[in-house]
Amino acid sequence: MSLLQLDHLHVHLGQNAIVRNVSVQLEAGEIGCLLGPSGCGKTTLLRAIAGFQQVASGSISLAGQTVSAPAFTQAPEKRGIGMVFQDFALFPHLTVAENISFGMRHASTREKLQRVDELLSRIGLPGYQKRYPHELSGGQQQRIALARALAPRPRLLLLDEPFSSLDAELRERLAVEVRQLLKNEQITALLVTHDQQEAFAMADKAGVMYQGELLQWETPYQLYHQPRHQMVADFVGHGVLLQGTVTASGSMASPLGMLDHPSLEQVESGTPVSFLVRPDDLVPDTESRLRGTIKARGFRGAHNLYSVELDSGVEVLTLSPSHEQLEVGSEIGLRPDFDHLVVFAADRCELPSLPSQAPSFRPVLPKTQSA
Amino acid sequence: MQQRWRQLSLVASALVLGLPLMVIVFALLQLLFGGDFTTLQHLWQTVIPEYIQHSLILMVGVAVGVIILGVSTAWLTTSCRFPGQKLLSWALLLPLAMPAYITAYTYTGMLDYSGPVQTLLRDTFGWSYGDYWFPQIRSIGGAIAVLSLVLFPYVYLITRATFLQQSATTLEAGRSLGLSPWQCFLRIALPLARPAIVTGTTLALMETLADYGTVQYFGVTTFTTGIFRTWYGLGDLTGALQLAGLLLAAVITLILLERWSRKQARYDQRNPRPAAPFELQGGKAWLASLVCWLPLVFGFLLPALQLAAWSVERWQVWTDSDFWQLTWNSFALALVAALLVVTLAVWLAYGRRQLPTKLVRTSVAFAGLGYAIPGLVIAVGLLVLLTSIDNVIIQITTEWFDYNPGLLLSGTLFALLFAYAVRFLSVAIQTVQAGLAEIRPSMDEAARIHGYRPLQVLRLIHLPLLRPSVLTAVILVGVDVLKELPATLVLRPFDFNTLAVRAYEMAGDERLADAGPPALMMVMVGLIPVILLSRAMLKSQQNALKEQDFVPVTA
Repeated sequence: MSLLQLDHLHVHLGQNAIVRNVSVQLEAGEIGCLLGPSGCGKTTLLRAIAGFQQVASGSISLAGQTVSAPAFTQAPEKRGIGMVFQDFALFPHLTVAENISFGMRHASTREKLQRVDELLSRIGLPGYQKRYPHELSGGQQQRIALARALAPRPRLLLLDEPFSSLDAELRERLAVEVRQLLKNEQITALLVTHDQQEAFAMADKAGVMYQGELLQWETPYQLYHQPRHQMVADFVGHGVLLQGTVTASGSMASPLGMLDHPSLEQVESGTPVSFLVRPDDLVPDTESRLRGTIKARGFRGAHNLYSVELDSGVEVLTLSPSHEQLEVGSEIGLRPDFDHLVVFAADRCELPSLPSQAPSFRPVLPKTQSA
Repeated sequence: MQQRWRQLSLVASALVLGLPLMVIVFALLQLLFGGDFTTLQHLWQTVIPEYIQHSLILMVGVAVGVIILGVSTAWLTTSCRFPGQKLLSWALLLPLAMPAYITAYTYTGMLDYSGPVQTLLRDTFGWSYGDYWFPQIRSIGGAIAVLSLVLFPYVYLITRATFLQQSATTLEAGRSLGLSPWQCFLRIALPLARPAIVTGTTLALMETLADYGTVQYFGVTTFTTGIFRTWYGLGDLTGALQLAGLLLAAVITLILLERWSRKQARYDQRNPRPAAPFELQGGKAWLASLVCWLPLVFGFLLPALQLAAWSVERWQVWTDSDFWQLTWNSFALALVAALLVVTLAVWLAYGRRQLPTKLVRTSVAFAGLGYAIPGLVIAVGLLVLLTSIDNVIIQITTEWFDYNPGLLLSGTLFALLFAYAVRFLSVAIQTVQAGLAEIRPSMDEAARIHGYRPLQVLRLIHLPLLRPSVLTAVILVGVDVLKELPATLVLRPFDFNTLAVRAYEMAGDERLADAGPPALMMVMVGLIPVILLSRAMLKSQQNALKEQDFVPVTA
């Protein structure tokens, strides 16, 4: 039995459907992550799980017990859920210790003291009991907010963009630390973010939300390497969608030449498809017959990211090590090197093999290049 | 369903508070659409041109006065460093503690024929009556001077905040382009501060229009004195109503002008780094010091000294039980009114937070309009309204029970409290709302998710966090009530006196020194909100400086 189960969930705000037909399962001890652009409904979904938002249809179950259904919303205070808010929501009139022990209503004073001490040393802020929130830096406040949510040992912890108000360096470090902390405490958690690095660093399971729908719910590795939807491919990592046509032999003709892939064997020949080309799928190779002109160079520290216009007019991305400087305007040879090819039907957003989950909308995609 | 009732009750409260204004507006509309013009025609032919002329002269004069005093002191205390700058930056708020009419009394006492200044001149030069010319303080020029000296802190306070927010880069860019400090002020800081100056000046002008005590004492005929004379002197209620309508129209025009001018120019400077101040040396430093000391000396220190001198001269008053009865009346009234007004404000502010529908928001904004409206206008509208309700009650009770209860509403403290509620609600609402804004919705949710029920959240989170702002609101409203003259004068029950009314009556009887003790009492109480204000001002200034090395927390 999964700890958290969302079953065909719909949430409305006024007349607007904010969350549409979302189904998610999260096992005990797992960390899940909802990824998506702002306004995609991920925060609303989180608030529905917490009990601050009624659901329009579908249901939310915690450890097999229904807590939200269209006619029934269990009050937030009865759910035994912890939540870390985007703005932390620390109580300014309470000390750090009082904030952390705020949710431990039935614990004795000694238990509270013990738990506060334990959590403060775990989050690396021992001795901060008597401070007030305004005396702390943003990163410290974030950790106190986390400790406060963890203190009553919730069965599920929700985190709403917990690191978004911190600077990039602190964000990455905290994400790793928090994952470690959650794993130590064996807490099931669901995180909402628009930052994929954060999602990759923390999550066991992740999904991309777009316009209220959950497009994929799998491991971060699968999101990146096997996106099942053009939106997912577009949102996660860099990449370009190119168009090709399936030929009889389970391969396809494309701007990059003939490409082979087992998934194409089921597809009728002559079908137009689009496929995902990540920067690491194309390797610079002076010998290659596939030539292009460098249009732009982006220095990324360890490597350079080039935007290359092929002779056919198609633009792709490629990587080269940082010290190999190629000038903008110079010619470059590229060799396709696909570990696995990600193919979509050209006129739909989905993999040809997954028609049952076709979404009900037509997302605006970056223009796919024609061959 | 419950929400619908709540919304309805919020709208109803706002409407009830707006009733006195609606009476005035209704009178004005009735006049415009085929009403009886005879009264107004008569007024137009006789006094209204004079009222308009005097009011305009007064407003132009006060505007020039408060801008010169307020902007110069604000610029000097924010962007220059000179001896006494720290002290002056909060002390310049002190004139706000002086009700304008009290300052007017003290200057009359000082500058009259028998006052210390003229006596000294005569003694030194051996002049006698008629030998010399001396400016007459009881004139329109005197009124302009007094009102400017008392009201310039509005401009000072608001402009100062803008000068502090102006980012260093803007001014440094100016200096890198070769502007001197003086040119920086004229060509960058001043234009950037224009919206703030306009807002401050508008506040000062609204106070000017609402002023009754000063102009009455100085014999300057304006709308407020006109309303009084038409009503009490001529017994013409319709005429008074119509004059109040005209005054209301003037105030609304002023507000609209201010709104419009702010829309024209909204300069946003994000995340400013405070500019490095100019260190003034030698003569320039002394000059800057002098420029800032003068308004303080003339706006607060001299009048306060004069009041103290009178209070010592009439020390017997302090042992008079009548005087203490008066003081008790004033403070009890102020406290009751403040509690009532703040309770209303909390009710409305919570309504706006929890039911932020357009209807509720508009209603709350409407309920807060009263502060812009002169107390006299509110009083006139209210009295007309309550008297007619009273008459209906009397008619019914005499017919059915053969009993005449008297003026139940208009002749009792009810009318006074109603008027204070209309006039001072916005002060309380703003303060409470500012406190409520500190409690972010996520804090409610954080408490809920930790297992607390809504009422517990109210007790554990809202009550402690809201307490300071509620207390501040009570103090602000209480002091305002204590100082309010015209509304109290009109609506107080027979035989019920307050400190403000006593000072007014004593001054009216040419017993200026006897006005000293009650006036001093009011000024001392009036210092409390000024101290609160200066503390808030210095605190916000610190925050602005702190934000640089501190990570912003709010999303």
